[in-house]
Amino acid sequence: MAKDELMNYEKALEQFEVVIGLEVHVELNTNTKMFCGCRNEFGDEPNTNVCPICIGLPGSLPAVNKRAVESSIKIGLALGCDIAPNGRFARKNYFYPDLAKNFQTSQYDEPIAFEGSLEVEVPSGNTFTVQIERAHMEEDAGKLTHVGGSTGRIQGAEYSLVDYNRAGVPLVEIVTKPVYGAGAEAPELAAAYVRSIREIVKGLGVSDAKMERGNVRCDANVSLRPHGQEKLGTRTETKNVNSLRSIERAVRYEIQRQAALLAKGTAIIQETRHWHEDKGATSSGRPKSDADDYRYFPEPDLVPVQPSKEWIEELRAGLPEKPADRRKRVQAEWGFADLEFRDVVNAGLMDQIEESVSAGAKPQAARKWWTGELARIANSQDKDVIDLEISGAYVAELANLVEAGKINDRLAREVLTYVLDGEGSPAEVVAKRGLEVVSDDGALIAAIEAALAKQPDVLDAIREGRMQAAGAVIGAVMQAMKGSADAGRVRELLIEMANK
Amino acid sequence: MSEITPDLVRHLANLARIDVTDQEVDLFTGQLGLIVDSMAAIKEAVAGDVPATSHPIPMANVYREDVVEPSLSQAEALSAAPDSADGRFRVHAILDEE
Repeated sequence: MAKDELMNYEKALEQFEVVIGLEVHVELNTNTKMFCGCRNEFGDEPNTNVCPICIGLPGSLPAVNKRAVESSIKIGLALGCDIAPNGRFARKNYFYPDLAKNFQTSQYDEPIAFEGSLEVEVPSGNTFTVQIERAHMEEDAGKLTHVGGSTGRIQGAEYSLVDYNRAGVPLVEIVTKPVYGAGAEAPELAAAYVRSIREIVKGLGVSDAKMERGNVRCDANVSLRPHGQEKLGTRTETKNVNSLRSIERAVRYEIQRQAALLAKGTAIIQETRHWHEDKGATSSGRPKSDADDYRYFPEPDLVPVQPSKEWIEELRAGLPEKPADRRKRVQAEWGFADLEFRDVVNAGLMDQIEESVSAGAKPQAARKWWTGELARIANSQDKDVIDLEISGAYVAELANLVEAGKINDRLAREVLTYVLDGEGSPAEVVAKRGLEVVSDDGALIAAIEAALAKQPDVLDAIREGRMQAAGAVIGAVMQAMKGSADAGRVRELLIEMANK
Repeated sequence: MSEITPDLVRHLANLARIDVTDQEVDLFTGQLGLIVDSMAAIKEAVAGDVPATSHPIPMANVYREDVVEPSLSQAEALSAAPDSADGRFRVHAILDEE
């Protein structure tokens, strides 16, 4: 892969205006596929969730999954879109083995939802309105595994293996209009937008929304134009950027790469590009086909989708609270300062904290654990916090053990590692491993006396009112008991002994 | 005359992954041109107020409930495949498009 020349980011922004456009594919969590009754399931044995319809055998006829249509309408409504009174499916023709039919059933000029918008907040606290052009229904493609060449199992042999379990899984593709004016924050906006979409579809319950499983995938369009120029620059489309962090990095990379080319007078090629997480770079893919090359035409095997007003209104009435409204409400309920709350939102931890609070944790304690120790652990494992194997209820239990004085912060962090290792709930771990703080006076007094033997002047100092002298003894006791002493109780005992 | 040219036929053949001889290009240029011209004649015959129709019978909203039905077994699914390996269909690699 040839190394691209990159322009310094700040310099690129001085010279050019950034325009982005985002296409997000959301895989729906229906029981069955879009057009047939095969299971929609991740991780099954290859080619076991397939039938004549989804492997394109002659004579098979598709039938639309009603729940997939319902989920698509819900997504459209949540994005403030109009729902088309008459929608049609279309064939997008291309010959590639990820779909056995040689076309993808999609929607073309009559998508189910159109003209919406979404308010997106970026980490700085700035808010941008992203205009949604459309959301349409389509089917996912199968999974290809390339064998041979550099990975060569058989020397020189190059072929691909195809698993059609995913072929026909319902997708909703959400397409934005060009987004202007984000400037230096364009990469953050792209990531925050995808995070918002993820929040929405998860809140609607229509998708599992796991990016690492490809439930939510993003293609990012980036183009640059000199400040003041009206005509849009040539765009590139970076495909399948599969984590929030890589979306941000990929957009930033494209800005720097395109700026360097444009500054030299080189034209940008309209093409798809691929993001390589390991190299932190994009590489050239195929030149972007014209829409004409897909020879879209109305799908003759499926009749139009005409959702009734009653159905749409029923679905609208059942929508969950809007994310922006919910944010306002919970911030007030939890009493978080703006900055504290922004950290929570940016880390995507509202659901987790809400779960912990409803399981009995104090909001500040829940926030402290989720954005503090748990975020630190996730970061050290290169994971998203929400992917850690711990429930909001367990975090509440942990926070409440600390609150009740059963464990201190240091012990709590130790308990947490065992909980994450799957040893059970925090209370179970404390009981099983005997991690409770020692507040048993007998054991504490013995440790205090041992410490006092080395520092005999401390009791006199306390009697004279110099309480800071107690610190040395408390520290020694803590050390002797490996951090499990109840520091408050040690202090009380010391004062009692001094006054005896 | 239609806009179908020999180059367009070659482009279409390439999109469809079909090898065509020069002779076939000439043949298809004529045939496709005839179809496109015929469609143009029909287009002229209908006024602008006729909506595009994908189905002759006005039908809509034919749905299937989201209920799992039996799938093929892996062996059945692969039985008609020219080639397979590891429970998957085996095809020529087309790496430059991935």
